[in-house]
This record gives sequence, C-alpha cells and structure tokens, in this order.
Amino acid sequence: MAPSSKPRTIIIGGGLAGLAAAVRIAEAGMPVDLFSMVPVKRSHSVCAQGGINAANKVARQQGYSEYMHFDETLYGGDFLNHQPPVYDMAYWAPRIIDLLDRMGVPFNRTPEGERDLRMFGGSLYKRTHFSGATTGQQLLYALDEQTRRWEAEGLVTKYEFWEFLWPVLDEQGECKGIVAQDMRTMEIRAFRADAVVMATGGNGLIFGKSTNSVICTGGAAARCYQAGAWLGNPEFIQVHPTAIPGEDKCRLMSESARGEGGRVWVPRKTGDTRRPNEIPENERWYFLEEKYPAYGNLVPRDIATREIFWKCQEGYGIGGGRMVYLDCTHLPDATKNKLAGIFEIYEKFTGDDPRHMAMKIFPAVHYTMGGLYTVYTARDDYKGMVEGAPNNMMTNIPGLYAFGEVNYQYHGGTRLGANALLSCIFDGLFCGLSVANHVNDNVKNRADDLPEAVFDGYVKQEQDKAQALIDADGEDNPYTIGREMGNVMTDRCTVVREAEGLAKCLEEVRNLQQRFKKIRLSDTGMWTNQTLSYARAVWDMLLYAEAIVLGADARKESRGSHYRTDYLERDDANFLKTTIARFDPATGEHALEFEDVPTPLVPPRARTYGQTEQAAAGAKA
Amino acid sequence: MIAPGEQKTITFRIRRQDKQDAQPYWEVFELPYRLNLNVISCLQQIAENPVTKEGRQTTPVVWDCNCLEEICGACTMVINGTVQQSCSALVDKLLEETGGGDIVLEPMSKFPVVRDLWVDRTRMFENLKRINGWVPIDGTHDLGEGPKESPEQQELRYGLSRCMTCGCCLEACPQFLLDNDFIGASTIGQALYFNEHKTGAVLADERLDVMMEPGGVNDCGNAQNCVKVCPKEVPLTLAIAKIGRQTTKRAFRYFFAGR
Ligand SMILES: Cc1cc2nc3c(=O)[nH]c(=O)nc-3n(C[C@H](O)[C@H](O)[C@H](O)COP(=O)(O)OP(=O)(O)OC[C@H]3O[C@@H](n4cnc5c(N)ncnc54)[C@H](O)[C@@H]3O)c2cc1C
Ligand code: SF4
Ligand code: SF4
Ligand code: FES
Repeated sequence: MAPSSKPRTIIIGGGLAGLAAAVRIAEAGMPVDLFSMVPVKRSHSVCAQGGINAANKVARQQGYSEYMHFDETLYGGDFLNHQPPVYDMAYWAPRIIDLLDRMGVPFNRTPEGERDLRMFGGSLYKRTHFSGATTGQQLLYALDEQTRRWEAEGLVTKYEFWEFLWPVLDEQGECKGIVAQDMRTMEIRAFRADAVVMATGGNGLIFGKSTNSVICTGGAAARCYQAGAWLGNPEFIQVHPTAIPGEDKCRLMSESARGEGGRVWVPRKTGDTRRPNEIPENERWYFLEEKYPAYGNLVPRDIATREIFWKCQEGYGIGGGRMVYLDCTHLPDATKNKLAGIFEIYEKFTGDDPRHMAMKIFPAVHYTMGGLYTVYTARDDYKGMVEGAPNNMMTNIPGLYAFGEVNYQYHGGTRLGANALLSCIFDGLFCGLSVANHVNDNVKNRADDLPEAVFDGYVKQEQDKAQALIDADGEDNPYTIGREMGNVMTDRCTVVREAEGLAKCLEEVRNLQQRFKKIRLSDTGMWTNQTLSYARAVWDMLLYAEAIVLGADARKESRGSHYRTDYLERDDANFLKTTIARFDPATGEHALEFEDVPTPLVPPRARTYGQTEQAAAGAKA
Repeated sequence: MIAPGEQKTITFRIRRQDKQDAQPYWEVFELPYRLNLNVISCLQQIAENPVTKEGRQTTPVVWDCNCLEEICGACTMVINGTVQQSCSALVDKLLEETGGGDIVLEPMSKFPVVRDLWVDRTRMFENLKRINGWVPIDGTHDLGEGPKESPEQQELRYGLSRCMTCGCCLEACPQFLLDNDFIGASTIGQALYFNEHKTGAVLADERLDVMMEPGGVNDCGNAQNCVKVCPKEVPLTLAIAKIGRQTTKRAFRYFFAGR
C-alpha cells in the first residue's frame, strides 16, 4: 500500500534533549509533533546553573583536548559508560558550543570578546562555558527559539500541557505512536507517528524532595518500561552534597561556597537548639576538616555527601534533624561579594543572609544516570558511533528512542558536573538524524496505514485506567503515599546502601504498592484534574522505585555513586556490567540481567581521586 | 520576623474558579504554622488534604508550577494584591507584611483563567512568534563560532534574555488588558534582545514592523509599572525607549525611501 501521507515523528519532552531533536529532525524535512507537560520553555533544563563542558580553543592551548574530556568522563563514571558514544560526545562538544553561540546564547565574554571559561569538578583544566548563573536557562531558550522558528514554518507542532500516557506498538512490536491526555480538557487520544523519541528527563521525585522540578517523576520512562522497554542501570542516582532543604524541594547550593572557604560543621552537642552564631567555636565540630585534614571541606562530592549523611544519622544534625551548617560568615567581604549570586538564592528562599548567618544544607538527589536502555552502532575502530545509523539511542522497542537524562548512556556510575547539558544537546543533534533515517529507510509499515482499531484499543486501555483511579473509593491518599515513598527511598537507597536496608526498602515500596490499590482521589472531575495526573505518576514511580532497589541490591560492589557498606570495593570481574531490568506485565515481576560493558578504547583503572584522598587523610590523622 | 510560638496557624483566602467562564468564589483554608514555608508548600498541603477552614471537603486548588526556584516562570499569581511567583513567596515575609493576617491568593487578571490559580498565557508565546523571536541561523551544520561580542554587549543581552515569560509585567501594566491587542513589555524586551544580536538583527525590520502595528510599542503609556514588578530585573524601560527610537527611525525611512 502506498504511504498515505508524509512520515511524521513524535518527541515527548521539550527540555534540551527534546528541543535539540526537534530542531534537527525538522531540519531533515520531517514533521515533528512535540509533547510536553509544561510549555517547553518552562522545562526542567531551565534550572541548570553551572555550565557546559567542551575542549575549545583556549582550553586546548592549555594542554586540554577532546580526548581528555572523553577520558575524564569515563574516569568520573567509573568505567561503566559505553565508550563510543562518550567519544563522540566529547569530540562534538566544541562544535555544539559554536552552534549555541551562533544561535545567540549570551555566553560570558572575555575583554576581547571571546567566550569565557570556568573551572568545574573532575578536571584540572578550565573547560566549562557559562552564561551568568543561569546557563541552562540560556541554552534552553536558544533551542526554544529555534523550535519556534520551525513551528512558524509549520514543521513543528507543539502539544503543550499534554501528558504522555503510553506508547502504541503494532503487531510486530514496533512503536507507531502514543496515547496522551490533554491536562486541561482531560481528553485522552492517540497520535500516530513512525518514530517516537522519549526526552522526558530524570526521576528525582521518586526520592521525594530533590533538586529536580515537580514533573521529574520518571513516570513517562516507567510507562515505557511497563510497555516492554528495558531500563539500564536504574540503581545509579547522583546525590549532591549541598542543597538547601525546603518544605517543597531542595534547592542546589553551588560547590563554589566551599571552594571559596566555606566550612561545614555541626554542634558538638546533639539536639542543640541555639542559633549558629550563639554557639561558641569550641562547641562546633568541623567534622570534614577533622577527618580529612588534607582536603578539609573540599573532599570529593561523594565523600562529603556520605559524611554529612552519617553525622545526621548519628544525631548530630542541627536540632537533631537532617541538616548541617555551611558557614561563610567568617569570609572576608571581597570573597563574600564573589559569592553574591549564590547567596542571593539562599536568602530568597530562606530569608536568611549567609553573610551573617551560617547556611543550613543537606545532600539531595540530583541526577538520574540510569534510564531507558538504548543501543547504537559503533564505528569499526570504536571511536564514536556511525553517524546517522538508524539505531543510535534506540531502545529495545524498534522506533522508540531515548534522548537526554532519560537515556542511560554517557555518564556511567556518576556524572561529571556540566556534562549533562552537553549529553542532552548531543543526543538531540547527533541522534536526531538517526530518527529521520530510520523513518525514511527502515519503516515498512507506516503508522498511517495501521487500522484505527489498534489505536482505539490503546485509548480504551488508558481511559479505563483513568476511570479506575477516578472511581477508586479506598481511604488512602496518593500524596501521602508519594511522600512516604520519597522518605523510604531517601533513607535506604541513596547515599549509603546495604543488604538489610535495601530489603526493608523493597518491602516498604511493595507495601505502598498495595496501599495504592486502596486510594481515593479528592478530585474526580474531568477538567484540569491535577490529582489524577499525580496519582497516576505515583503508581509509575512505585514500580520504577522497585527496579531501583532491585538493581541496588543486585549490584554487590561500590562504584561511582553506588556505595555499599557491605561491599566497599569496585568489582570489575563481576560488575563491569550494565544492569538491565525487564518488566513482565503478566506477572508484575521485574527481571534483572547483567550485560558486559566493552572497554575498547580505555582500559578501566582505579578511580583514585577519592582513595588517595582518604589515604592521605588517614596517614596524617 | 514572627517568632515561632506566636503564630499558630496561617489563613489562606483563595479565589477559585472551576472553568474559564464559571463564576469565581472564595474558599478559606487554615494550615498549621511552621517556619520557612513558601506559598507553594502550603498549596501542596492543601492538595493533600483539601478541607476548608469550616471543615468542608473540597477539591484541591489548581495552580501551575514546575521549577520551584523562580526560574521557569510558571507559578505567577497575585498574592496579597501583588503579582509574583508563588514558589519564592515566603510565608514568614508575607505574615510580617500583614502583621500575621490572611494570605490572599488570586489568579492573574490579564489572562483567561483555566482553573483556580492557573491562567492561560498562550498570548505571550504567540507574540514571540509574531516578532520572529529567534536568530535566523543557516542550520545546525558546523559553521564555526558565532559573532564576537564585548562583555558590555553580553551583559545587555543577558539581562534581556533572563525574561522567563512569567507575565508579572503584563499583569501590572495599565495598557495590557485581557481583551486588547497590546503586545506588552516582555515582548518589547525580546524584540530588543534579538535586534541586539548581529545575526538576529537581520530580521530587525520585520520586528519593528510588528512594533509599529496597532498594539505595538506606541501603545505603551510609559507608566513603568512593568519594570517595578519584574522579578528578573529585565531592563524594560531601556527596551521600550530603544525600540521606540528604532521604530521612529524606521517610520522616517518608510516616509522618505519607501522601505
Ligand atoms: C538544579 C540543577 C542544576 C543543574 N546544573 C547543571 C549544570 O550546571 N550543568 C549540566 O550539565 N547539567 C546540570 N544539571 C542537569 C541538567 O539540567 C539535566 O540533566 C538536563 O537539563 C535534562 O534535560 P532533558 O532534556 O533530558 O530533560 P528536562 O529538561 O527535564 O525536560 C523533560 C521534558 O519532558 C517533558 N515530560 C516529562 N514527562 C512527560 C510526560 N509524561 N508527558 C509529556 N511530557 C513529559 C517535560 O514537560 C519536559 O519538557 C542540573 C540539574 C539540576 C536539577
Ligand atoms: S519581563 Fe520580567 S516580568 Fe515580564 S515576563 Fe519577563 S521576567 Fe516576567
Ligand atoms: S511602561 Fe507602563 S504602559 Fe508601558 S509596558 Fe510598562 S507598564 Fe505597560
Ligand atoms: S515554579 Fe518555576 S518560577 Fe515558580
């Protein structure tokens, strides 16, 4: 049968990854339907502050190179990253910066008008480009503007305030569209497409309060998982050591506060309720400086995170709670002025001025390294991927792709600062072409030629699920269940993990799944019902949480952000492997499998920056 | 600052509306006081337990938000009469301002209400399309760096680029109405933003043409309410002045040269 209309693609998500993909696919001449729960300009990518890495000309003259960027990313990721995609990302980075520059991103400038650079963690070179204190916002806006241009030309159609519910698969198991719900009218309908790109970001909300935005539930990924897509490395979650705990979320406090001399301490007396400036010097415990005299407050992220976590578990947190002081009050005025930007954020949300009052901080879940499992075609020499190969960043479901934070590639065991924005844009630009090629060259059965009944069936399935939630007449409350899930996941499955705690966590998550079956929604209307949308996400998060805990339990080693007190060493013989999780909808069971990570270019070496640290500190102590 | 202990509860008076054309009504909620709350964390508590002060079960209040750190622009509403972001509206500060009185939440009045505190700001995004709000690059191919720029120029453009399409400036503007066609301060700021970029300036005339249509920059009455409420300190006065001058020049060119 002749194709009845032009092939189209669907992109779910308008963060950096989704917008970069929209621009690239539209440029290839293919129409794009772009779905997002919020106007794309308000996507979570807007939150990134720090910057974006690339070996540009200045860094290169200091001895830095794309190869070093590649190597640092593997080293940072504890060698769990696949090497060919990381290689390409590092070598494309300078070109991506140039492109963003041409799009008009107001990067900070040197007196001569060149793009300025700053230092960032995990590198000895200045290689991070930035735009004031709002790099993510500036990059997102530039891509939003280019997308709007394609929208004006008629190649991109936006569906904002639409929520992705389920992928539509044909009899061959290929992805042919989606079912989505209008968040205002609550209409549920199907959309046809010859390829679908998931660019739905991370899952921080599974841990309750994180540094993520409120729609970062991982719900979209969890729905693909339940529909047959695999997860890769779900247990890998990054926790940032210094965030400002709030009633509604944790806001990031930049590392530069410690870089400039900020000191971390707790009162020596547990449960001390005095204000920080009323506590005399000899009753303060500078526990990082005491335990790590060499590096003090500047120990690597994961060590700082664990020490702060442990102090609070021992009851030394401020007022017995989960917070420690990050003190900048002693710094000279000139230094304080340098930190004005981040002090402002703290003051805006707490009402306290860090110049005069020690800040209260605690670690918070920040980034999802794991995500939907994807494949790619490596070049013969493994130095990168074959450009335009149709399967680059495709999931195990033909025609279903994963780009950006929801993709498990690039960052391995932990992510280096300022590498996420890069990986998102790289996915969109580099692999966008793969999507277009797949649709043009590989797709035999066009979505438009499928019978209506296929789509109607999926729509019915989603309508029934929504109706079941609306009709539920139990006692429990989805918001309460969501909160309890966040608490137990944060307690047992973030900074430090061990078998017993994980077993309890799993039990608790499964309990919550049972309780979810007896909920009642406080809004049963069919107009902008935000409670329905949230409740649906809670169920998906509970399933995703289970996969995270199972992965964390099965990985009996410590690597990157995954730290087991009962298995302290990295174990390459058994675990230089990707965790693959599969879900069986018939039984509701998760099945785990480990797949070797090939290391064709750089053989794994010990990740010593943490260990030398401890050894040096230990020798002195 | 209200010391803990004095304040036991917080009262929220919320203007609600079920649909765009429905009659608005008020509901009052009482929450236990705690230190360091913001308005959104209170709305979250109400969502979890939507019971009014009188003890009547109701539906959760609907509002728009995402980042919770005053950078996405979603959560704008009118709080105690002042338009602002609800995520960065601290309860302790509001209580201090009112001496512990009620906190009143209303939707912005210059946009159609979707439900409760959620309004439809499509007009703002459509206006960005109208002014060709982009830099017309040739494509995503590797064509080297963008134009060089002085730190001063970067600072100007960065200041304009921080606009998060929140709508505060429009809510406060006497000229911008629910049912007129004034383009509004934020879009004027964006027109300047793109005109100030070397490649963006290629479309400067097209942008100025839009600014010269009815509803363009000439409809601004220079009341400067906009700049006072902008949470991102976007240099709106400067933008209005500059775009005003650029349109005057363009009008002259039309008059004398016919283009
Ligand atoms: C506070 C903070 C600071 C950061 N700073 C940096 C930094 O300095 N440098 C760096 O490199 N990285 C940083 N990161 C990480 C980086 O910001 C993110 O990894 C990146 O922005 C993710 O982009 P994305 O395109 O994958 O997804 P997002 O930007 O999260 O976008 C997800 C999109 O998917 C849509 N969506 C989700 N679910 C659905 C659904 N069910 N239906 C329809 N649409 C849906 C959303 O509406 C949204 O448009 C930071 C992260 C945080 C939290
Ligand atoms: S100019 Fe300011 S007030 Fe107006 S929309 Fe932009 S950020 Fe908001
Ligand atoms: S100066 Fe006054 S009239 Fe003009 S846009 Fe601003 S508030 Fe509106
Ligand atoms: S939620 Fe983003 S600005 Fe308030």
